[in-house]
Amino acid sequence: MNKTGYERIRRILGEKDFFLQGDVACAYGALLAGCDFFAGYPITPATETAEALADLMPRVGGAYIQMEDEIASMAAVIGASWAGSRSMTTTSGPGYSLMQENIGYACMTETPCVIVNVQRSGPSTGQPTEPAQGDMMQTRWGSHGDYEMIALAPNSVQECLDLTFEAFNLAEEFRNPVVVLTDGEVGHMREKVILPEYDELTFTRRREPAVAPEEYLPFQEVDETLIPPMATFGTAFRTYVTGLTHQESGLPTTDDAAAHTRLITRLVEKITRRRVELTRVEELYLDDAEIAVVTYGISSRVAINAVRTLRDREVKAGLLRLIGIWPFPEAKIRQLGERVSRIIVPEMNLGQLVHRIREVVPDSCHVSGLPSIGGRIHHPDEIISALTAKEEPPEQETQPHV
Amino acid sequence: MFNKTLNIRKYLRRDMFPSIFCVGCGVGSVLNHTLRAVDELKLDMDKAVFVSGIGCSSRLPGYIKANGLHTTHGRAIAFASGVKLANPELNVIIFTGDGDCAAIGGNHLIHAARRNLNLTVIEMNNFNYGMTGGQVSPTTPIGGNTTTSPHGNLEPPFDLADLVVGAGATYVARWPLGYPYETVASIKKGIAHQGFSFIEILIPCPTGYTDKNDQKTNREIWEWYRGNTILRSKYLLLNEQEQDQSRKMVIGELRNVERTEYTEEWANLVSRLQAE
Repeated sequence: MNKTGYERIRRILGEKDFFLQGDVACAYGALLAGCDFFAGYPITPATETAEALADLMPRVGGAYIQMEDEIASMAAVIGASWAGSRSMTTTSGPGYSLMQENIGYACMTETPCVIVNVQRSGPSTGQPTEPAQGDMMQTRWGSHGDYEMIALAPNSVQECLDLTFEAFNLAEEFRNPVVVLTDGEVGHMREKVILPEYDELTFTRRREPAVAPEEYLPFQEVDETLIPPMATFGTAFRTYVTGLTHQESGLPTTDDAAAHTRLITRLVEKITRRRVELTRVEELYLDDAEIAVVTYGISSRVAINAVRTLRDREVKAGLLRLIGIWPFPEAKIRQLGERVSRIIVPEMNLGQLVHRIREVVPDSCHVSGLPSIGGRIHHPDEIISALTAKEEPPEQETQPHV
Repeated sequence: MFNKTLNIRKYLRRDMFPSIFCVGCGVGSVLNHTLRAVDELKLDMDKAVFVSGIGCSSRLPGYIKANGLHTTHGRAIAFASGVKLANPELNVIIFTGDGDCAAIGGNHLIHAARRNLNLTVIEMNNFNYGMTGGQVSPTTPIGGNTTTSPHGNLEPPFDLADLVVGAGATYVARWPLGYPYETVASIKKGIAHQGFSFIEILIPCPTGYTDKNDQKTNREIWEWYRGNTILRSKYLLLNEQEQDQSRKMVIGELRNVERTEYTEEWANLVSRLQAE
């Protein structure tokens, strides 16, 4: 987006500082990123994003539609992206489950788009108004088959805005769906938000083909990024897009093992090759830490309190907060595991990322889950107890505190 | 009359042939009819997007040298809605089948009709799921033999033209294969129509359906159409009781009305708010 366009959005949004809900901050972040298409379906606790955009999208000249369900919402978002829009949907719990097939389609067809998932308790209808972090693995593996995902997890209202903005850049750059994984608490809490100035921002747009239409292969890598340039509908490139295994031309080839392997490997590697570049973490007191908490989202707000309390007691505790969840920041966690003897992983689920963490740390580091479900956010004392227990806490993570 | 000098191949992706369609399948004829309509309308293929779901008929966009979006099962109309709303200048044409659009995609069909979104749906009704080997579908006639109704279908079928009329579609036509001039004319009208258009074409599926249902020859298929359809002009001559008792599918142009189209309404809203 150019400066004039950005300033126009800023004028429509109003003042520079706001006191906003996380869900609404996602809407603001999207508009500042140039989002001009939203399709969604009402669901607690994500509805406020849609409500904000129902009002603002026609004011900025974009398109907004409430579809008949979440499957249709995800479908419309993908269609709009191919028609040239920067498109987004927001959802939660059951709606996110419904979207999974089309999220897989977006991965297969390399369609840039953003999904904000305001996590709530499940499975099924669960606790609609209660926060959870139960979709960490669904985000990675929710659709069938092999693919790779990019996901970011904010822990504040300001980050809801900042990371939704960034999600659009990553989606456009990588030609992949990007998920913003908030939760019912981050989505509904209100905090001060400062809108960024134009000069502080970068705007990434999908690369357009640099060749003539007759030479263009819409699914062929052209350099080491493995990400093909993308021609949108309505141009002379006349792209054909299918969820079937396809050749570089886009046309299907469904019984060729080599073609399938080549395609899927590229889709995965275009992201995993840049795992380090995509790593986003916040480190607190880790320089001399002997024990550490690794967590994300709303749980990290509690963990900050716990670690500070321990530091006041001169216990060498630290915090590694994961902001980028997928691709998984393996190197950062491995390095931490080499330095500390104990890692506690508070999660609002019965243990999801803890397994992935245990997989990458050396045996010298003991990793324990610390689950809390039911919408109940951890108390700092629980994290303190787990960190300072005389014996290593049990590795099992199916015994939540109640 | 058809343009006899038309070289339809200029619209085709030649490297996609031979097609996947079985001998006797009606899908290829619908491609022919559609491309003739496109040619007569002089549609700009750079601005045309052919969207489809899953099934035999949904393979059609792959054969056309235009923008194509071959999506997930049942969702073609939802994807197409996003395309159209994002860029209303695009001509968005959907190829779908009875399973794709009436079963798994039924919800998207009625809601797009309700919104009167400017899309053209060309639905090929072959009374079964052909691609998966001939299972019962929401349009299989009562008694119809399929692999999943081996004792005859017990469920009453949808009349899809009636369904979309009820849902608010503003252009609706239905023809069995064998009315090429009428079909091309209806597709032309549907594409040119400002609003939601639905054209149903009844087509044979020898592999999955017709062969198993006493329609082994073209003549038998044609006789089935004759026995089970009635031209709208003739249907209107029946008295109320006869109409009620008629179990035949009404064919012809079934609805052609003007109603506010959704993307125009949205553009009006944007103009109004931006003028404030």
